[in-house]
Amino acid sequence: MKKIIHISLAAFGLLLITSNTVIAKEDIASLRGTEDLSGASLKATKKKIISQEGGFERSYKQQPPMVPHKVEKYKITLKNNGCMKCHSKKNHKKEKAPMVGESHFLSRDGKKLQKLSSRRYFCNQCHAPQIDANPLVKNEFDGLK
Amino acid sequence: MTSGQKKGTFSILVIGIFLGIILWGGFNWALAITNTEEFCISCHEMRDNPYEDLQDTIHFTNRTGIRATCPDCHVPKEWVHKIIRKIQASKELYHHFIVKDLDTPEKYEAKKLQLAQNVWRTMKKTDSRECRNCHHFDSMDFERQESRSADRHEEAIEKGYTCIDCHKGIAHTLPEGYDPGDDAPGGEDEG
Repeated sequence: MKKIIHISLAAFGLLLITSNTVIAKEDIASLRGTEDLSGASLKATKKKIISQEGGFERSYKQQPPMVPHKVEKYKITLKNNGCMKCHSKKNHKKEKAPMVGESHFLSRDGKKLQKLSSRRYFCNQCHAPQIDANPLVKNEFDGLK
Repeated sequence: MTSGQKKGTFSILVIGIFLGIILWGGFNWALAITNTEEFCISCHEMRDNPYEDLQDTIHFTNRTGIRATCPDCHVPKEWVHKIIRKIQASKELYHHFIVKDLDTPEKYEAKKLQLAQNVWRTMKKTDSRECRNCHHFDSMDFERQESRSADRHEEAIEKGYTCIDCHKGIAHTLPEGYDPGDDAPGGEDEG
């Protein structure tokens, strides 16, 4: 008798799980679309980096400004930083580019440095170029302005 | 002039012309061979360092499929300048065979700043002659350039800047010790 109860409970549970997944499958659209899981995913469409005069608006205070221009030509290596060609203290006025923030010249102990702090050296860790693509998921984030 | 003398002069002339063709042709042929990328990278110094370095840049692969090879940028096209450069190249042979101060990537890296500065100095002196084999201000459509580029090119024409003043490190990576942020475009600080 016990055995039968066990089996029927297990069967019931299994039914619940499968019926749940069926519901889930119908209700939630996957980012993958209707593509079959076993097939190859769709080829990503190529998007170009956008240039925007005046730059992008920040979404929240202290957001690292996004890069409003192409960056392929500028390399950041251990030896030199191509972004500094325009954004350095010396060149920014002439290039009409924003200067690297003062905070980038501070050590982690708040000491002023002559050179760009190594913590801030790799610009693209925080400053990202943008492409003209719609967000995959709707986002209602509204930051503090 | 006897007929024998006439014959002698004639045959000297013929031999002269023939030898001339062979020697001059041979000279030009040899010159043409030394002016190929294949020849340049037959030395491992060139193959492992600057050539390797070039392959990441827009002068090697790009949207339109045009490639600049070593001599396009480093050997003048005009005959006189070309011969002068070829004679200067004997120094490179001297360093390859006798001094051997560039035969490892480490040695190359250590000297890269100096080598780059040599090229930059020459480019500056010749008003970037080799760049202008392909890139002319006359053929540039500023309307199709990004506004920043167009502005800076117009300024360059006005003030007489040369390509290399701003476009350093475009066909090879920049050497250690050169800070792009310190090099004001146009060679002067107006900031």
